Amino acid sequence: MPSMDVNGNAVEVDEEGYLADINDWNKEIGSALAVTEEIELTDAHWEVIDFLREYYDEYQIAPAVRVLTKAIGKKLGKDKGNSKYLYELFPYGPAKQACKVGGLPKPTGCI
Amino acid sequence: MAKIKYEAPELTEYVTIPVLQEGAMAHSSPFVAKPKHQEDLGFPGELVDDWHDRAIAKMGELKKTSRSFGLFLDICVHCGACTDKCHYFLGTGDPKNMPVARQELLRSVYRRNFTFAGKNFPKLVGARDLTREVLDEWHSYFHQCSECRRCSVYCPYGIDTAEITMAARDILDEVGYGQKYDNEILGKVMTIGNNLGLPAPALAATLEDLEEDLEDETGLPIKMPLDVKGADILLITPSADFFAEPHIDGLLGYAKVFHQAGVSWTMSSYASEGANFGMFIGSYKTTKKVAERIRKAALDLGVKRVIVGECGHAWRVAYSFWNTLSGTGHGAAADDEFAQKLQKQLDPRYPAPQHIVEFTYDMLQRGELKLDKSANDHRTVTFHDSCNVARGTGMGGIERGQFILPREVIKAVVNNYVEMDESTMYEETLCCGGGGGLLTDDLMELRIKGAMPRMNALDKVHREEKVNTLAAICAICKSQFSKVLPYYDMPMDMIISVHQLVGDALVFDNVPDKIDESESEVGSAEESDS
Repeated sequence: MPSMDVNGNAVEVDEEGYLADINDWNKEIGSALAVTEEIELTDAHWEVIDFLREYYDEYQIAPAVRVLTKAIGKKLGKDKGNSKYLYELFPYGPAKQACKVGGLPKPTGCI
Repeated sequence: MAKIKYEAPELTEYVTIPVLQEGAMAHSSPFVAKPKHQEDLGFPGELVDDWHDRAIAKMGELKKTSRSFGLFLDICVHCGACTDKCHYFLGTGDPKNMPVARQELLRSVYRRNFTFAGKNFPKLVGARDLTREVLDEWHSYFHQCSECRRCSVYCPYGIDTAEITMAARDILDEVGYGQKYDNEILGKVMTIGNNLGLPAPALAATLEDLEEDLEDETGLPIKMPLDVKGADILLITPSADFFAEPHIDGLLGYAKVFHQAGVSWTMSSYASEGANFGMFIGSYKTTKKVAERIRKAALDLGVKRVIVGECGHAWRVAYSFWNTLSGTGHGAAADDEFAQKLQKQLDPRYPAPQHIVEFTYDMLQRGELKLDKSANDHRTVTFHDSCNVARGTGMGGIERGQFILPREVIKAVVNNYVEMDESTMYEETLCCGGGGGLLTDDLMELRIKGAMPRMNALDKVHREEKVNTLAAICAICKSQFSKVLPYYDMPMDMIISVHQLVGDALVFDNVPDKIDESESEVGSAEESDS
């Protein structure tokens, strides 16, 4: 299993760089994962990641993009409740990229 | 992922046969399935020590159990009619992506082991031993075929090339060398019920959320029913419809149509997946298991009809194989207790199974839907025929119905419709580039390059006829297009579901301007709809 160096500690990741064990995650690791995705994390990113992790705790899966945008809109204002806003934060796609930075497994399927 | 940047091939007036680039895609090979993914499906966890003998034995078994497999391997005369028909060949220039050459990777081993000439004079007839290098080559190139069967249309012998790919993948699985994307997904279907791994509580919460959206939009309590016993219709749709963009608007479109048609319907949390990747990996027993989940849901819920949502290969499996796989459809085996039970339960007045496009078309014919086409006037629409629907199914019980019905539905709900170049449509339609179990990030280069021929035809109508909307009835096509369109300088959100077009054009009248949630208002609105 490949691993990633975070401040001198080896953290196990899969071949696509997703965290192998979601329980290993902390904000430091999240920041390191963001570097691999070429994303500079801002408060706006963390808001999305925090929501994703909360949702995952409850449902064992990341939310649908529609559910995510609506929740973000409710929480942070309507101007942020759209997929354009999320794609600006996570250009490769909020579902996959935000999950990766948040330490969640990659969503699978025809998506 | 973010680091990998691929160059898309240039678009040209017409797609020309590329200059050959030997080995151009030899590096492209998907991730190997983890032991857990393999074992969940009953395959060995990793490459077995006696892989050579087991692979040849499996090939021999397939030759016995599938007459077409042996026949297709024997009768190819290498005429070359298929060579320039594959989108992956056209997009990559790798000669091993000519369908005849890709098949030859397996056929040469078959010849060595199962023909007189190959056994005795291998060099004379181009027969090869199955070495580790050959096995690796199979893993690479049999995951550079989307099983779209376009090449088969041009084959004078009618060889179904996809069957060779399926057989190769079946053999790879049997020796413990499967593909991660497909097998991980199939494991999730077996344990959780869908490709996404969306557990029932998450599905229920998502559907509730969508009901809210529908009510906000229409002022009506349009339901997204889940696990409703005694409903008339069971909707089996790809789980991407619950999760991904633009798919989800298609799901909302189905719900609106069902609502306006006034039918009782439900989805199932046990069988919350239309896709059946068992076909992609060529495994009969896995395909059957996935299909049987749907039968079980239909029996448990007591439904009278089964309708399939917008998923290309799901419709192929349902239309062409469900009857013998699981008795869902006419022609259940006499000794299959559950299939016989289901046959008694299903209403014989309706096709079993039925496609959502057939349902909507029927409602349009009956005048049951209230439409305002001008709601789609900001769109100029073209339709992409998905390969499995086009070459593996029918619709409406009429010849070429699978081409006619989706277009009739679209034309009923939009004013501006344009057709792409005919030689890229209908039976000759080009794969989106991500079908057949290849819709995974580790094959992104292949997906981008393989999309080129379709993008070429789309780009032409996009530029010349102002097409800004590409409609499709396949979850894979929708995801693939939204990913590759930007590589060809077209907007990712131009791809949408056919039922999004339908949903947008449906008129829900008698709705007060302000949402009034009182029961009586809602009741009267529903009555006047039916």
